[in-house]
Amino acid sequence: MSISINDVRWSAGGLMIVNGISIDVAAGKTLGLLGPNGSGKSSLLKLICRLRNVKSGIIALGNADIAGMARLDIARRVALVEQQATTEAQVTVLDVVRLGRTPHRGPLSPWSATDDKAVSDALHHVGLPERAGQFWHTLSGGERQRVHIARALAQTPSELLLDEPTNHLDIQHQLEILSLVAKLPVTSIIALHDLNLAAMFCDSLAILHHGKVVAAGTPEEVLTEELIARVFGVRAYIERSAHHGRQHVQYRLD
Amino acid sequence: MVQPVVAGERWGARLALITLSFAVLGFMISLAVSIGEISIPLGTTTKAVSNRLFGTAFELSRIHQGIVWDYRLSRALLAASAGAALALSGAILQALLRNPLAEPYVLGISAGASTGAVAVMILGFGYGVLTLSTGAFIGAVVAFILVSALAAGAGGGADRIILAGVAGSQLFNALTSFIVTTSANAEQARGVMFWLLGSLSGVRWPDVYLAAPVALLGFAVSMFYARALDAFTFGVDAAAALGIAINRVRVILLGATALMTAAMVSIVGSIGFVGLVIPHAARFLVGPSHGRLLPASAIIGAIFMVAADIVSRIIIPQQILPIGVVTALFGAPAFALILYKARRPV
Repeated sequence: MSISINDVRWSAGGLMIVNGISIDVAAGKTLGLLGPNGSGKSSLLKLICRLRNVKSGIIALGNADIAGMARLDIARRVALVEQQATTEAQVTVLDVVRLGRTPHRGPLSPWSATDDKAVSDALHHVGLPERAGQFWHTLSGGERQRVHIARALAQTPSELLLDEPTNHLDIQHQLEILSLVAKLPVTSIIALHDLNLAAMFCDSLAILHHGKVVAAGTPEEVLTEELIARVFGVRAYIERSAHHGRQHVQYRLD
Repeated sequence: MVQPVVAGERWGARLALITLSFAVLGFMISLAVSIGEISIPLGTTTKAVSNRLFGTAFELSRIHQGIVWDYRLSRALLAASAGAALALSGAILQALLRNPLAEPYVLGISAGASTGAVAVMILGFGYGVLTLSTGAFIGAVVAFILVSALAAGAGGGADRIILAGVAGSQLFNALTSFIVTTSANAEQARGVMFWLLGSLSGVRWPDVYLAAPVALLGFAVSMFYARALDAFTFGVDAAAALGIAINRVRVILLGATALMTAAMVSIVGSIGFVGLVIPHAARFLVGPSHGRLLPASAIIGAIFMVAADIVSRIIIPQQILPIGVVTALFGAPAFALILYKARRPV
């Protein structure tokens, strides 16, 4: 299903964090959300799955305004991978991934074969099927991130929201996770910091700055030297990669 | 491959474990009924219970019959209910507030109950109408409402609830001390002290008729929300993203723990350590998943409390220790052992 965000505003502590954002993501496409720290990326993701309620504006999944949807119905279709969510509980990888089935199960319904398959598929997608029994606190940061993504996949979402999913991952796993997400038949929005990874894996990009969209479109349209200087305050040199054909950003220090 | 999780043999093992724990609890209760200043053989105990429950007509002395049924059985069942309810409350609060130190008294309930109890006992509030237990129950509820209002006013959230609870507890404990030091005579002060440390003396069947249904209700409610509690593993936002109606779950479960704690504290006084330690022991045995943790906490809490009651009656001849002293004396080292066993490789 498509995600459409229409003139959404949200403030916290008297500060306008999301200030009139409008973005559309077509069904099955991947949008990269870029912008400096504090530009409103995480807040926007939380608004899309209604962990926070918009102050004004409309967020719709397909044709349905999320303001009128039950929390459970949202959770059955939208999965969120938060930044650095951790726990002190002695849970295993399997325990965590099984949490993804929560919205699909009643309070008393038993664990089903469908649940089992979703969990097993999710673990395979992130390459951790043989780690199912391992304890959470023994995992590296990157492994934890992959377990969170598996938990989100076990939710069998049609929309997937990821908040800096490649943080803590080594380059191999960054590439694996992003190509996995790009290939999934779901509509995804990924908050990212790495401009080159965003250009490689996203169908479209939106650049946030002070809670507003300052540029949106294909990576070719959005990633310009002028924009990077204006938003991120660094000087860049951009060329089309001779290897993969996408935009490639190099930074200048002089 | 992921191991299939719905396997027949695991249900078999679970059933065996449940049967075993109930057998242990039953045995512990019969021990509690048999042991005491007048020692009664297990056979006589069984006969006395059977006479009352099934209308059998075994020949027994009326004293034995009376001691077993009117005094010791009600007391043992109350200990079991209180242990189960306090342990359940601890397990729920530790999950909901994501704090391993959370326990039933963190919400200020026990402190409020104490104030209510001394207000009745020493100041004579509602004299003749309010019993000590009713006074304690009212105090507990008032404290819970105040702490909840303070927590909500401070913006809600797990840490705010704990801080508000600390503030509430300090306030009500100070009120209790104020009343005791300014108004109580030596005799009353000793009685209050005993009550504050928890006491099962004087428990009768009407107390059981209150405590047992409350414990069962608390168990049923918390089991209904076991999966919601699991979803809190990674915090409130993660739970909400999994479709949990967090406000409703919080209100219902905090209400259930408040009710359980208030009911138990109003009958037996504040018995420390059970709510804190038993859930950790249960987690060590059955893991963190609440579908298993809640029943395990309840049954271990019940067994532990009945055993603590036995110890409190026999450890010093001719004298009954406050049960709270026993739970802490045995609970603290047991807790240390669990911590040590469960230590993480650094």
